[in-house]
Amino acid sequence: MATIYVDNKPYEVKPGQSLLSACLGLGLNLPYFCWHPALGSVGACRQCAIKQFKDENDTRGRLVMACMTPVAEKVRISIEDKEAVDFRAGVIEGLMQSHPHDCPVCDEGGECHLQDMTVMTGHIYRQYEYTKRTFHNQYLGPFVNHEMNRCIQCYRCVRYYREYAGESDLNSFLMRNQVFFGRSQDGVLQSEFAGNLVEICPTGVFTDKTLKQHYTRKWDLQMAPSICVHCGLGCNTTAGERYGTVRRIVNRYNGDVNGYFLCDRGRFGYEFVNRKERIRQPLQRKNGSLEAISAEQAQEHLKSLVATGNKVIGIGSPRASLEANFALRTAVGAVRFFSGVSEADARLASLILDVLRKGPARTPSLTDMEMADAVLVLGEDVMNVAPRAALALRQSTRQAPMEIARKKGIADWQDDAVREAVQEEKGPLYIATPNATRLDGIAKETFRAAPDDIARLGFAVANAIDPAAPAPPGLPSAVADLAARIAQTLKGAQRPLVVCGAGCRSEAVIQAAANVAAALAKSNQGVALSFAAPECNTMGLAMMGGAPLEAAFQAVRDGNADTVIVLENDLYRRADSKPVDEFLKGAKHVVALDYLPNSTTGQAELILPAGSFAEADGTFVNSEGRAQRFFQVFLPQDPILESWRWLRAAGQGDSAAWKNLDNVLDAMAQSLPAFKRVPEAAPESGFRISGAKVPREPHRYSGRTAMLANISVSEPKPPEDQDSPLSFTMEGNPNEPPSALIPFFWAPGWNSIQSTNKFQSEIAGPLKGGNPGVRLIEPAAGSAPSYFTAAPEGFHAKHGEWLTVPLYHIFGSEELSNWAPAVRELAPGPYAALSPEEAAALGVIEGQIIQIAANGSQFQLPLKVAKELPKGVVGLPVGLPDFRGPLMPAWVSISRAI
Amino acid sequence: MEKPLTQKIRTDGEVVDVAAYEQAGGYQALRKAVKLAPKEIMETVKQSNLRGRGGAGFPTGMKWSFVPMGADAPRPKYIVCNGDEMEPGTFKDRLLLEGDPHELIEGMILAAFAIEAEVGYVFLRGEYKLAGERVGRAIQEAQQRGYLGKNILGSERSLEMHVHMSAGRYMCGEETGLLNALEGKRGNPRAKPPFPQVSGLWGKPTIVQNVETLCNLPHIVQNGPEWFKGLSKTADGGTKIYGASGKVKRPGLWELPLGTTVREILEEHAGGMKDGVKFRGLLPGGASTDFLVAEHLDVKMDFAEVQKAGSRMGTGTMIVLDDQTCPVGMVWNLERFFAQESCGWCTPCWSGLNWAARMLEALEEGRGDPGHLDKLAYITRFVAPGNTYCALAPGAAEPLQSGLKYFREDFERHITEKRCPWRH
Repeated sequence: MATIYVDNKPYEVKPGQSLLSACLGLGLNLPYFCWHPALGSVGACRQCAIKQFKDENDTRGRLVMACMTPVAEKVRISIEDKEAVDFRAGVIEGLMQSHPHDCPVCDEGGECHLQDMTVMTGHIYRQYEYTKRTFHNQYLGPFVNHEMNRCIQCYRCVRYYREYAGESDLNSFLMRNQVFFGRSQDGVLQSEFAGNLVEICPTGVFTDKTLKQHYTRKWDLQMAPSICVHCGLGCNTTAGERYGTVRRIVNRYNGDVNGYFLCDRGRFGYEFVNRKERIRQPLQRKNGSLEAISAEQAQEHLKSLVATGNKVIGIGSPRASLEANFALRTAVGAVRFFSGVSEADARLASLILDVLRKGPARTPSLTDMEMADAVLVLGEDVMNVAPRAALALRQSTRQAPMEIARKKGIADWQDDAVREAVQEEKGPLYIATPNATRLDGIAKETFRAAPDDIARLGFAVANAIDPAAPAPPGLPSAVADLAARIAQTLKGAQRPLVVCGAGCRSEAVIQAAANVAAALAKSNQGVALSFAAPECNTMGLAMMGGAPLEAAFQAVRDGNADTVIVLENDLYRRADSKPVDEFLKGAKHVVALDYLPNSTTGQAELILPAGSFAEADGTFVNSEGRAQRFFQVFLPQDPILESWRWLRAAGQGDSAAWKNLDNVLDAMAQSLPAFKRVPEAAPESGFRISGAKVPREPHRYSGRTAMLANISVSEPKPPEDQDSPLSFTMEGNPNEPPSALIPFFWAPGWNSIQSTNKFQSEIAGPLKGGNPGVRLIEPAAGSAPSYFTAAPEGFHAKHGEWLTVPLYHIFGSEELSNWAPAVRELAPGPYAALSPEEAAALGVIEGQIIQIAANGSQFQLPLKVAKELPKGVVGLPVGLPDFRGPLMPAWVSISRAI
Repeated sequence: MEKPLTQKIRTDGEVVDVAAYEQAGGYQALRKAVKLAPKEIMETVKQSNLRGRGGAGFPTGMKWSFVPMGADAPRPKYIVCNGDEMEPGTFKDRLLLEGDPHELIEGMILAAFAIEAEVGYVFLRGEYKLAGERVGRAIQEAQQRGYLGKNILGSERSLEMHVHMSAGRYMCGEETGLLNALEGKRGNPRAKPPFPQVSGLWGKPTIVQNVETLCNLPHIVQNGPEWFKGLSKTADGGTKIYGASGKVKRPGLWELPLGTTVREILEEHAGGMKDGVKFRGLLPGGASTDFLVAEHLDVKMDFAEVQKAGSRMGTGTMIVLDDQTCPVGMVWNLERFFAQESCGWCTPCWSGLNWAARMLEALEEGRGDPGHLDKLAYITRFVAPGNTYCALAPGAAEPLQSGLKYFREDFERHITEKRCPWRH
């Protein structure tokens, strides 16, 4: 630690940071614009000017930029020095020259960093008396709105977009007081992380276009800590509601998970909650048509179905919370609980779980992934399956070259100087996938092959690291050479990382990744092994267990089950239509709990309106194995209930006595040892700060007495939240809630998301009291590495048959976000992808319809020529809203459609 | 009087080709230098007291001494010639580039030897097309004669050299802005430290040197530091190409001993003011230097003396203001230029210069008010060195702050008369 003196007061701060970061970390108010904790310092805006003194006898001092000056022992600075104060006011005055002062009609108003900093510096009177510069705004796609006249030229947007997120279609043009930040022409922003511009921009140039559809000021939002439901990474989010609709999602900082950034699917997928198609009433199918029934009738019906001696089974879901799955499991009994995924998916998930539990490699947090200095991606299209992890991997490629700058004495946070010294140098990232990925541009080498060949590469890498690991037979020398290069790089790294997942639908690929990690672990305890999980609770469900869907199908077929309760799950996305049809039609009674109608609810006799993430509390286990709690954002007007509340009524055992979420969590922790620590993920419902709950609403929340006045002039009693220590009003104690309970980031004078600074124990470090979440999976201590021995044979293209490989789309492959209009707009249509050679051999060109026959089903799809796809495979998109292909992997035949 | 830099330059405007250059003793310094260790060249230049001729006057030998040397040094290293010459009123490098490009090339090779650079770039102002052609041709000639390329004159040393024409921004004349432009990026300046000597072009050790500075090197290496120091009338060695523009009788350039007085340049070489106009003041070294007035005419034009007089020698090419020209209009013209050329990176520069230019425009058009003068003075302090990211805005403040000091009455007349007294 170093002692610094700020306005003559000594403080202990961590060396290796800028004075700005140190001052903010101390809780001191020092205004800034161009600096961002994730982007480092560039010294552009000059807003953080302070006085620096040589020693205690120096009374004159000189102005320096806090962001560009390193912390050093005994450094003496002043924030309050008059010259510094005046200069900072001058900078704001300068920044504001052309700002339109349109706060009342600006979406950023009320959470605007420019407003906050202007108030902080005390600039109040506009002296600049000339015309302002103006710009044309651009169409940037369905997510982000552009209003350039508000720009103050801090350059954060382009630095984030180009340098951090690595996309080049947003740029700075022109010069002087007229720099334009935008694209060369109108068009959809290409980055999958463009939505972060909304938070990166300190004012209202880039704002959330989906929020604009139903705009509400931040202070008028009721907010709660939430977890993203659109992939398995479990990014922490803050969801905001007003008048019963979710208005927007913003990032919720978690130093171990998403840090400052979300992907666009996570930020903009929320609109599924607001769809008019939502199931808002319990529905009962009578004589073929659905009728709305009351909640009580629904409860009674469910109870009677369970109680009348029917043979009930429950189908769980990887997109439902642990609590919901556990309630179903409790209601039907452990042996009658099925996991809700196909046997193939379940096998992959449990293999992943076994590998992680056995060790020796540890699953990394996203922050750990960012810090990796050599990465092997085996089989997974990270950008499209677990997008935020792709952003982390992009940062990982900065780690190794950082040494170049360090050798020159450049501090890590000196962003421009570091990038200048490092240039295009990238740390090692090897990507082995069936098709091209969006990370290829920063990869050292890429390898395109069918899943079995990808697995063989992995086995070969493991073997090259540790000869005791089994070698794949008959490897071509080019692949063996590549494996040797990868092995050497990984072996030489301090924090090597292997990234894999179920994306190839191949156990061999997962085993190969496990072998690589195990081989590395022999000489390096720091090795990390990450498996992407496709859904928000894939991992939690795998840990809970339960037989796969095929077993449930069999149970109905065998007459061992006649009543099926399906929890938040569209089975048609899990298995081929035919067996699902047979299953649902074969069962006497089908109950479905869900938020939105789908083919499964279409077969149900009783449909129960389940609370989405916004209307329920619960816990997800992310791909890291971290249990994270999400909290109800608002209480729905309609009889929508948390799935566990519907299901507790059906239970014959303990569950009927569950009063609140704590009871569910305790029961689960007791009956399932794997979930023993889940209750620790957040404080229990009885937690209070000085006797008060934590308010979901900011203290400026308006309209409380008026918002329902059209219904009744008496203000209704605010609803009680039995499940959490959060209140549904602005009453309560907002001061420093435990990190898992932070409903929104706000601090006096800091209305924008930049107030995150005030909640961290150090800038860009953990939240005060530790980052939320509990890691449930740690590798068994001292376990000796053991290897999977069954390296597959090389892939052989068959004549007249093609192996399907799944292709993923950030916008399009995930079920819930497809209901969000903005996401849907960017989803591709159905297609089949072939390599150029094979397309030519079939005599078809891009866009032409080809016919695919698989397992008795026929699909007519337009051809997409995929330059890098290997021969002998056909790529088919996964999960698109309008297309349900064959279950993969499968061998199919292809012909030109007539 | 010796004029080493310009002695070979032809009066007919044609270029000195390689044969003529060799005949006049060219590339002899290089022949000498291939036998010298880098350290010896560096030491010679240090002793000569050569200071940079681009405006800032940094000692050349010292600049080189920060370059990492030896086997561990990052490679390649670069020598970059700054021929951007966008300073208003400055055209001295153009003379050297167009007239005697081999002198520059030989100088660059010597500098490259001193720092063990492998690659050289001549970065030229976009409008200097003729210079670009002539330097390009001279590089080819030098290559053919073995002065450039691999194993120069049979030695172990190699240097490849390229011409790069600027896309045209004042900011590209600032050495780090130049490096960014050369890399194909926005011509914004970089933060210092790290200095280009450590992390320059493409992150590698780089020396950026003005044309005139480099042209001095063959003569220093050939004739020795003592000879070089003897050329000068002051402590800093060498001659200087001085220039004058404005309403003087003979605007032009003259190579004179460093330390020649302002009066001698103005009255003897430039022939004094044109008939009918009177001297009011001058910017001694380009647009970004403070005004000097009549009381300063006997100041020696060198780095230290001009500074004592409250200005900077800068590029040494003066812009002369006469009594028939409106000083407010002149300052407005300059500030409008600087505001336009601000890269838009740091707030004091892009906002302050824009504001100053708009206020000066208002003054000129009779819309000034008394508060404007205080605000203008405030802006000159607002963009003081250290407050801004680079030296552009502090330089821009120099003619404005000294203009307000020496021509205050003229500024005030614009306000009280609500018009420009020079316009009718």
